[in-house]
Amino acid sequence: MEVFKADVAIVGAGGTGLRAAIAVAEADPSLKVALISKVYPMRSHTVAAEGGAAGVVQDHDSLEYHFNDTVAGGDWLCDQDVVEYFVAHCTEELIQLEHWGCPWSRKPDGHINVRAFGGMKIERTWFAADTSGFHMLHTLFQTSIKYPSIKRFDEYFCVDIIVEDGRCQGVVVIEVATGKFTFIQAKAVILATGGTARVFRESTNGGIVTGDGMALAYRHGAPLRDLEFMQYHPTCMLGTGLLFTEACRGEGGFLLNKDGYRYLQDYGLGPAEPSPRNKAMELGPRDRLSQAFWHEERKGRTITTPLGQAVHLDMRHLGEKKLRERLPLICELSEEYYGINPALAPIPVRAGMHYTMGGIYANLKAETPLPGLYAAGECAGNGLHGSNRLGSNSLVDIIVFGKMAGVEAARFAKSAPVSNPAVLEKQAKAAQDRVLGLVTKTGGKEKHSILRREMGQSMETGCGIYRLGAELQQTCDKLAELKQRYKNLNVEDKSSVWNSDWLAAIEVGYMLDTAEVIAHSALNRKESRGAHQRLDGYEQRDDANYLKHTMAYYTGDGPPRIEYQDVVITKSKPGTRAYGAAGEKAEAERQKEAGHG
Amino acid sequence: MAESTRTIEIEVLRYRPEQDTEPFYQTYSVPFTDDMSVLQGLQTIKDDLDGTLSFRWSCRMAICGSCGMMIDGKPKLACRTFLRHYHPKKLRIGPLEHFPIERDLVVVVEDFIKKLEGIKPYIIPKEPRTLEEGEYLQTPAQLEKFRQFSTCINCMLCYSACPQYGLDSKFTGPGILALMHRYNADSRDGGQAERMELGHSEEGVWGCTAVAYCSEVCPKGVDPANAINQNKMGSAIDYFLRFVAPRGAGK
Repeated sequence: MEVFKADVAIVGAGGTGLRAAIAVAEADPSLKVALISKVYPMRSHTVAAEGGAAGVVQDHDSLEYHFNDTVAGGDWLCDQDVVEYFVAHCTEELIQLEHWGCPWSRKPDGHINVRAFGGMKIERTWFAADTSGFHMLHTLFQTSIKYPSIKRFDEYFCVDIIVEDGRCQGVVVIEVATGKFTFIQAKAVILATGGTARVFRESTNGGIVTGDGMALAYRHGAPLRDLEFMQYHPTCMLGTGLLFTEACRGEGGFLLNKDGYRYLQDYGLGPAEPSPRNKAMELGPRDRLSQAFWHEERKGRTITTPLGQAVHLDMRHLGEKKLRERLPLICELSEEYYGINPALAPIPVRAGMHYTMGGIYANLKAETPLPGLYAAGECAGNGLHGSNRLGSNSLVDIIVFGKMAGVEAARFAKSAPVSNPAVLEKQAKAAQDRVLGLVTKTGGKEKHSILRREMGQSMETGCGIYRLGAELQQTCDKLAELKQRYKNLNVEDKSSVWNSDWLAAIEVGYMLDTAEVIAHSALNRKESRGAHQRLDGYEQRDDANYLKHTMAYYTGDGPPRIEYQDVVITKSKPGTRAYGAAGEKAEAERQKEAGHG
Repeated sequence: MAESTRTIEIEVLRYRPEQDTEPFYQTYSVPFTDDMSVLQGLQTIKDDLDGTLSFRWSCRMAICGSCGMMIDGKPKLACRTFLRHYHPKKLRIGPLEHFPIERDLVVVVEDFIKKLEGIKPYIIPKEPRTLEEGEYLQTPAQLEKFRQFSTCINCMLCYSACPQYGLDSKFTGPGILALMHRYNADSRDGGQAERMELGHSEEGVWGCTAVAYCSEVCPKGVDPANAINQNKMGSAIDYFLRFVAPRGAGK
């Protein structure tokens, strides 16, 4: 097997991985970086992020406000030390992107423009029209080309991480074009592989978002934290599940039920006013809006379409000019896929699976419990988002903690010794044989596409917007069954060159592991908080028992072992989480208690 | 948005270098509904009919640029092209033209990537600035000078459309020349002189024979032909200025 010796190996070349690679290169140009991605970097899923990235810039805004919005938005399951660091570094990282050429939208005077976003008290979302993730990704990719120490492995698929002497020391990858294996030896490894929302039947996510890094770290003993918190986005396309950005509402769009009524006012988000008020109505947080959709559907107040039940996202009052300027991609998606011009007619939407709040347990420094292994971005569970992420916090998460992971991994790599190379290569060879076994094996009966479909259906039933213990149990049982059937897999394609049948089979293996963690973590959390809502006697938040992070550990063949860990609370005691008029009242009371007023 | 299922015949180019001596077309009968894209048709083939078919895809929303292919002879994104527009006729799908075939619908894109890396596609600051000094000021009018050229998704449809690239792949090609113009036209950038050493040559803007099919097939309205044209103008002016003053002087 070919061996490539790097100082730092980074798996995933989306926003996080690219930012980390640049951080290593800038920290020490003599460190060799291996940047590995199963797709060309500009195909990474960061590309699909639309609305924007949060960073305090306005005079009447403050880091404290951004902190409070994030912590309350996460229903107090955020690690507050992480949030404090985060809000203090968002703006500087966004300026860095600006210096690298990101075409942020501007005010007439040439300064950065910002827009409103859900759950945010003050407008602080930087945006590049409605393709903010696309522009951030291309800016980072193109900028990364400046640094000769970054050696890219484009279209190399990661199949394992190598752990020896208690440290992570490299990764084993397949070159997609040839099917050949390479062992990339490294003194530090950063996982930047994104979320795992493709475990659900329908999702806003691209096909590549299959939890690869999460499953690999988990199998090597690193816990997956808070994975039960999977975010439903309230405005997705029917059929495909594609995303209509929250910026549609940030710019003033309304959500209407079949009677043309702004139904969010019935769910504690009112009062309904003609123009958007921050943290109210359509600018409430995603979990609350998705839950309101669920209730409307059950009340029979949604619109019946050939592709299922929907509500209307109405932007007609914004006018054609503003829509074309601020939301060109939304116009394109609506026209190309629906045949609807949003300036002339409302768009049918429904809540859809969107984002993974939890992930590989990592601390403020992006360190996982496994020395030499770092995790950042959506694959990491660093406690930033708690039980519900606010829109426009993830695009800054990836650059703030991508950079952190790069800096820390570079520091670690400079002092880490390398274990006996022969021992490392032996391990890599064993990983190769295991993965090859999947494709050389004969006599299997199961198709991975069928297993994936059954998994997706079961996740949607058991782990949806609202959850019931009995249904969660059924999903857990189903996943156990699918894991058994996975052992009897038949990979039809036996070739080496671009064998996507084989790679998809490996991905289904990753997804079965992360799906199982999601379902068991949800079953064990007997309360309702943020994106995890139960209807079987656990409808309330229960701080006495569950103001804790879920830690799920791999046990081999069986279900994960679930433990709990305290939440880091520095300055915001858990309070009432409310929006709209009720939210303003709750905030006034908090201020009064804190002696401000 | 209808939901009744019909069937469409899809002919897909197959080529597996380990077993096929040359490419051939394989026909699949694919059940589809009116909302289904060509990409979803291919996914149906892969999931239910033939797991050995390979093609690139990811976002499904025409932004990741993975699923460019020849659809009835035209370069298109499979995710944004709909089966209903071809039914009841057959539909023929092949890999992007002008690139070597790696396997089935997957082409070798190394040449495109090398060209992208070669034109210094990053800001070479006109005036360096620290983070503490905040953002560069850039008015909406200044942004508008390059914004459109920054929206290229690298899908390479324009390379399949470009007759010049088809004749001679040394030609830098529409997408990358548009990207070069994107940086040259950015008010924050001062790297034009460095970049135009390539841009001036026959491989650069002068290789273009102004067919403009590139702009027609672009799914994002980047209009690379316009970018190239602007650069021909710039390149010509720059060429004559060389006789007056040494390059880079007075900048």
